[in-house]
Amino acid sequence: MAITKYLGTETEFGISVVGRPDFNPVLASSLVVNAYAAEGRHGTRWDYEEENPLRDARGFTQPGAAETAPEEDVGLANSILTNGARFYVDHAHPEYSSPECSNPRDAVIWDKAGERILEVAAARAARSLPVGDPDSPSRVVITKNNTDGKGAAYGMHENYIVDRALPFGELTRQLIPYFVSRQVLVGSGRIGNEYGLSDVPYQISQRADFFEVEVGLETTLKRPIINTRDEPHADPERYRRLHVIVGDANMIEVCTYLKLGATALVLAMAEDRALPPPPTLAEPVRAIHAVSHDVSCTRTVTLEDGRELRAVDLQWHYLEHARKYAEEGRAPEWADDVLATWERLLTAIEDDPLSLDGVVDWVTKYQVLRRYVERDGLDWESSKLKLIDVQYHDVRQDKGLYNRLAAAGRVEQIVTEEEIAHAVHNPPSDTRAYFRGRCLEKYREQVAAAGWDALIFDVGAETLQRVPMMEPGRGGADMTAELIDRSDTAEELLAALRR
Amino acid sequence: MSDGGQVRKNRPKQDEETQEETAEGTESVDTSDVDDLLDEIDEVLEENAEEFVKNYVQKGGQ
Repeated sequence: MAITKYLGTETEFGISVVGRPDFNPVLASSLVVNAYAAEGRHGTRWDYEEENPLRDARGFTQPGAAETAPEEDVGLANSILTNGARFYVDHAHPEYSSPECSNPRDAVIWDKAGERILEVAAARAARSLPVGDPDSPSRVVITKNNTDGKGAAYGMHENYIVDRALPFGELTRQLIPYFVSRQVLVGSGRIGNEYGLSDVPYQISQRADFFEVEVGLETTLKRPIINTRDEPHADPERYRRLHVIVGDANMIEVCTYLKLGATALVLAMAEDRALPPPPTLAEPVRAIHAVSHDVSCTRTVTLEDGRELRAVDLQWHYLEHARKYAEEGRAPEWADDVLATWERLLTAIEDDPLSLDGVVDWVTKYQVLRRYVERDGLDWESSKLKLIDVQYHDVRQDKGLYNRLAAAGRVEQIVTEEEIAHAVHNPPSDTRAYFRGRCLEKYREQVAAAGWDALIFDVGAETLQRVPMMEPGRGGADMTAELIDRSDTAEELLAALRR
Repeated sequence: MSDGGQVRKNRPKQDEETQEETAEGTESVDTSDVDDLLDEIDEVLEENAEEFVKNYVQKGGQ
């Protein structure tokens, strides 16, 4: 039986100081993060004890890899929020890492909460900027996208808890054809490409062009389709955390939902050995570019056995098996709804991709751009189209184009604004994020440091007291709500925990 | 590969249901008045597109 797929997203947001193009992006990101955290509270230190981004899932630790060690980032803005998320500066971007969720719909809610947090933080940060020209004061624009269209890429990563008993090689073989093809359903779309191809004015994925190898540890150079970082942030004997770096950040809730739900199902099937040998691609890196470059979604890619299949055929392979898996009663209870969405979108992409206007990000943005091309006779190189490509992802609810489309009822939504507003301040109730969030809310002064798998309390004793949380599913409201409710101080809480 | 047949797409058994669902999904999304939409977008777009795009330069991340 597959283990519960605790999951979440981490997003590096684009940041731009309008009116001050020379403004240092690391400093701007720090201002944004600190502006949100500065509600009269002192910061809680991040606990790096269990962090090791150079540990490789293939069983070794990479010497001298070109990855920033976390210590170098210490001192940059870094906060832990009452909703259980981490909000910090990473690689010159503000990054929001959602709390651990137990199902894909919750993960959508806490992912959206991240957009709202960035919106508030950027507005507050703008007030701390030098005024400059009083007629057009500097502003901070935050975008939930993955490329500036000028050669830079930054990530939206998905995290899934996976059973360590599943060999990593098997995981890799099953996932590569799935990741190469899923972009037709959940890509965010972008103008242009990284290869100077004049016949690709618009493509399906923001990220695809930046992937150069099949498997590897790097995340900023020679990006791999399968990232091997092995930092479980949980009991390392039992779990892996699969760190998926190949996806796009989505604005449309349906896309985030399907991206997370379908991937979690593929992982569960792999754990349960419910998948046959995969449709192995002859050249996965070439295929991920080719699929992204074909907005008609009809081009084929070559398999190792010589067959030619479309991205939709590869997706049908996984969907068919997922359906069977659910029919056999082996899938989680949320699977039926994910399967229905998967099937609906896949059927539509196969029949007429453009029919998914308002449902899939790359199609929705593409349709807006095409209408401008048609009405105003614009060229795909025009600044106005490039601006629309960026501003679609602007997190401001009054200026972001996705947000305007949503407000006008032109986009399908699956969660409510009330749920999102609640998630800005509160953790999910059924994972260890509940304990983290509630403790920060109630005992912040006594939380010396926090990490994904531990909280460290300073209650004035000789030594700090570490509360390990090695099981992502333990520490929810069922176990700790009553305990926290009746403990007025951290001392009382720790005493109760010891009993 | 022995599972070759499974890669081929089986038309879903619940085809009618799916079609209905698709129709509903599309109905709830209003994409008719395209001119209004573009006018509305024009109102909120950053004023100087060329300047904004020129200055929109990000550092590489993960």
